[in-house]
Amino acid sequence: MQGFPFQPEQASTVARSVDELYLFLTALTVFFSTVIFATIFYFMIKYRRRSPGERPKAIEGSLPLEILWTAIPTLIVAVIFVWSSSLYVRNAEPPKGAMEIFVTGKQWMWKVQHPEGQREINELHVPLGRPVKLTMTSEDVIHDFFVPAFRVKKDVLPGRYTSMWFQPTQLGTFHLFCAQYCGAFHAGMIGSVIVMEPDEYERWLAGSVQGESPEAAGEKLFLQQGCGTCHLADGTGPGPSLLGVYGNQVKLTTGDSVLADDGYMRESLLAPRAKIVAGYIPIMPSFQGQLTEEQIGNLIAYLRVLGKLQPPKPKEEGKK
Amino acid sequence: MSTATLEPRVHAPRNYLNADYGWKSWLFTLDHKRIALLYLVSITFFFIIGGSFAVLMRIQLVDPQGAIVQPETYNKLFTLHGVVMIFFFLIPSIPAVLGNFLVPLMVGARDLAFPKLNLLSWYIYIVGGLFTLYSAIAGGVDTGWTFYTPYSSTYSNTQVTAVAIGVFITGFSSILTGLNFIVTIHKMRAPGLTWFRMPLFLWATYATSIIMVLGTPVLAITIFLLALEHLFHVGIFSPALGGDPLLFQHLFWFYSHPAVYIMILPAMGVVSEIIACFARKRIFGYKIVAFSSVAIAVLGFLVWGHHMFVTGQSVYAGIIFSLLSFLVAIPSAIKVFNWTATLYKGSISFDAPMLYAMGFIGLFTMGGLTGLFLASLATDVHLNGTYFVVAHFHYIMVGGAVMGYLGGIHFWWPKISGRKYPNGWAALAAAIIFIGFNLTFFPQFVLGYLGMPRRYAFYPAEFQVLNVMSSAGATVLGVGYLIPLIYLFWSMRYGPIAEPNPWGATGLEWKTPSPPPTENFTEIPVVTEEAYAYAEEEAGHE
Amino acid sequence: MSDAPAHLEAEHTGLAHQFEDLEQQQESDFLGIWLFLVTEIMFFGGLFAAYAIYRWLYFAAFEGGSHILDIRLGAANTVVLLGSSLTMALSVRSAQTGNRRALVYFLIATMILGGVFLGVKAYEYNQKFVEHIVPGLDWAPEGEVLAHLAPGGLQHAQLYFFFYFAMTGLHAIHMVIGMGLLLWLVIRGRKGAFTPHYFAPVEVVGLYWHFVDIVWIFLFPLLYLIGGRY
Repeated sequence: MQGFPFQPEQASTVARSVDELYLFLTALTVFFSTVIFATIFYFMIKYRRRSPGERPKAIEGSLPLEILWTAIPTLIVAVIFVWSSSLYVRNAEPPKGAMEIFVTGKQWMWKVQHPEGQREINELHVPLGRPVKLTMTSEDVIHDFFVPAFRVKKDVLPGRYTSMWFQPTQLGTFHLFCAQYCGAFHAGMIGSVIVMEPDEYERWLAGSVQGESPEAAGEKLFLQQGCGTCHLADGTGPGPSLLGVYGNQVKLTTGDSVLADDGYMRESLLAPRAKIVAGYIPIMPSFQGQLTEEQIGNLIAYLRVLGKLQPPKPKEEGKK
Repeated sequence: MSTATLEPRVHAPRNYLNADYGWKSWLFTLDHKRIALLYLVSITFFFIIGGSFAVLMRIQLVDPQGAIVQPETYNKLFTLHGVVMIFFFLIPSIPAVLGNFLVPLMVGARDLAFPKLNLLSWYIYIVGGLFTLYSAIAGGVDTGWTFYTPYSSTYSNTQVTAVAIGVFITGFSSILTGLNFIVTIHKMRAPGLTWFRMPLFLWATYATSIIMVLGTPVLAITIFLLALEHLFHVGIFSPALGGDPLLFQHLFWFYSHPAVYIMILPAMGVVSEIIACFARKRIFGYKIVAFSSVAIAVLGFLVWGHHMFVTGQSVYAGIIFSLLSFLVAIPSAIKVFNWTATLYKGSISFDAPMLYAMGFIGLFTMGGLTGLFLASLATDVHLNGTYFVVAHFHYIMVGGAVMGYLGGIHFWWPKISGRKYPNGWAALAAAIIFIGFNLTFFPQFVLGYLGMPRRYAFYPAEFQVLNVMSSAGATVLGVGYLIPLIYLFWSMRYGPIAEPNPWGATGLEWKTPSPPPTENFTEIPVVTEEAYAYAEEEAGHE
Repeated sequence: MSDAPAHLEAEHTGLAHQFEDLEQQQESDFLGIWLFLVTEIMFFGGLFAAYAIYRWLYFAAFEGGSHILDIRLGAANTVVLLGSSLTMALSVRSAQTGNRRALVYFLIATMILGGVFLGVKAYEYNQKFVEHIVPGLDWAPEGEVLAHLAPGGLQHAQLYFFFYFAMTGLHAIHMVIGMGLLLWLVIRGRKGAFTPHYFAPVEVVGLYWHFVDIVWIFLFPLLYLIGGRY
């Protein structure tokens, strides 16, 4: 199908399956349009008015026909629904071991940070054949990360994280578009995704300006912002220990539990009083406006590291 | 009509047009037919405004760099094009013009249930329109007609408040119109006009009115909250305070998806009337076509989430909204099949209204089928936010709704104006519009699949060929829309006098003179037969 | 009505030209107002839905905000409004029985109660400015107020007060419109426009008034009674 003239490149693992569904739908559209147009033309010519006084016999309708042409579209849309939904569900979750890249949308540019610390703007370098998961947020309005050649798209929202993934199957440079209107230079918020051979990607990583890894930057921030003065590792501080927290359930004062994921960590930084960990009092200040989106991302990257460590023994209930 | 009856009529008989003269007799009229004409003039005005924005946009996109204006200006053009066309042309088009004119005539009543409310609706519409025009003159607005937050609430420094107030106000016009229609259809049907004897246009208008009454208030409150947020810089849609920008989208599309059915359902009603008349057949499966209108109205309220498949909403929500969106396709498909079957063994003539109706079926079929691509999750991920969406909804809303509107205007023009227009010109215009429309919007399906996002003031050069094709098509389409404007205007003075029932149609509106007298019927008619009784009826001419 | 001259009766039946008879007109009027109330439900419904979401998300902030409101004023206003619904119902009854004097008196009583409600509301609004808890215009809570709001987060408390003003403000606008309609009824009622055969306008305005009342019955617990402080 690569030669089909009206088709964007298929450069990811999901592209082909999406195109198959697309072609099926196109064939369906062509088929039904043709059948309906042809029938109408045929009727209009065959039954054209031959004399002004003509009075055709009345036909009330036909229940079997109505049932038939209710059933046929129902069956067809059922097939499409099952096909497209299963494809969607299959493509929803990234495979295990996907490389994680952090993306921030900002009027009107894309900022990218690689796990090893490399940053780039309006470009995204990725290795061929490896699944890549993007964790995305916006500093201002809603944007949308769209790579037509990969057939992937996801809104990038302020105040929360969305994620998407792809696995490139073709070397080259592909369009990256913002697909959610975001203001004056929306049309200029475009860039490229550059797919490289894995070893070439390694060389690119090494050759580009070396930055800190997000975890290292996060650790520094953790110290600079004084997080560690309350969140003592052994759990004796006024704030809960953060060891073994990320990725696990946290009990709240309300009695509920939440999963400590990116969203929860982010909320706890910006609106710390929203969900208080059981046994603690709400004294943490908000870091709203004091951290950039990238810094928040870095801190969360560090919290992920801490999350893999063994938590301290649970402290006694009721401690003030 | 014999000359003997014509001769004594040196002056035309008294009708709603010559009953009274002077601007006061129009601006303070309570006659539904005159109010319909007030709407006709005002929506034509807004159509021309919205259309000129579209022309500028298509010129801009001839060049990948943007041919004529800065990106900021282009953003204002597409925003105002959307706002004007949707809220000030499409939504009031068939309901407020043809509905106002025809509902009382079709039910056999002297007027709508609440004539003062009806006039008030028009004034409300005008005030809303003035706010929108003011905003266009005072610098424009650049949020897109969807007003997505937080761009609209926090970041845009254009005339968001003025447009929001304009849309908010106009909403009440459509609420009151819908309310008026529902009450009229329920309570004022002529003796013998049972629900299942009603013309399908009334069924469609009834279904439309339900959406207007239930949906518009939600848009109103949403826009109200948006305006508050834009004015006071504090509100519930901005993440700055912990607000959720997606809540806006949920509330907005709860109205704005059903709003698509406000635009297309009345057009479907018009097409049913036209096909029955020009095939001289009762609509095949009358009851099923009637119920499918109501089904579309009800299901239409449950599918808003399909606008949000890529916003990060949960996979399960996506699946449910996808399923419900597919379900809406079924009653629409049933309608198309029934219209086609109505032609079977009919006596089909090719007068201009019929050509518009056939154009409607063609474009609506294409628009509906391409909707499947967007209801389907996996393909929507790729197509969402691209020109594919633009092409799809123009096929429905311009190909469908505007074709239906023009068909209806051509069908009832002799009744409205008392004059006939040149059929040849009308047929030519129908053909030009159909061809021009496809030339304009078909390339956009391809553009969207190739990945070109919508609302781009400039774009990568590889998309240029298709964009130029689309712009070239738009010139044909533009000419197509101008022709009816000219000959309809011309016909008001020079067109041959229309007899009461020039098409030999059934329906109460054809049983009264053209144009009808102010009180519609000298005597309230009694209905004794089914709708579209073409077979039994004597020749409809006097 | 038997003593009214026949020609007067014909002129003053209030039958509009588009209707066949008064019964059809009355049925249309009632269906119309009920439909209008449905649109009002959808209008407030959007706001209530948004409220529900944020209250669920930020319960602590909403609880804190609620505790600043003066429950005595809210309760008093509830009683006042319920009273006004009673007098409104009595107005409709008076119109039906053709008691013109009672009709006018009850309508005026309804207006007075409505006025009391709006007065109390105005006082409460003023209180919010004194306490600097008007989001967007004057937001600088301090002292005891701050202590109430701080545990839920000041930003989320702003959301609560945004809802407070949006919801009660829209309700108050509906009250003002209702007062205007009542005034119109008083003027027409004094002239004897309503008869036991033609009283639909009184009933229509009455239904509207009861609806506005019911909205308050929901607003009072949603805004004043959160979090079981009593």
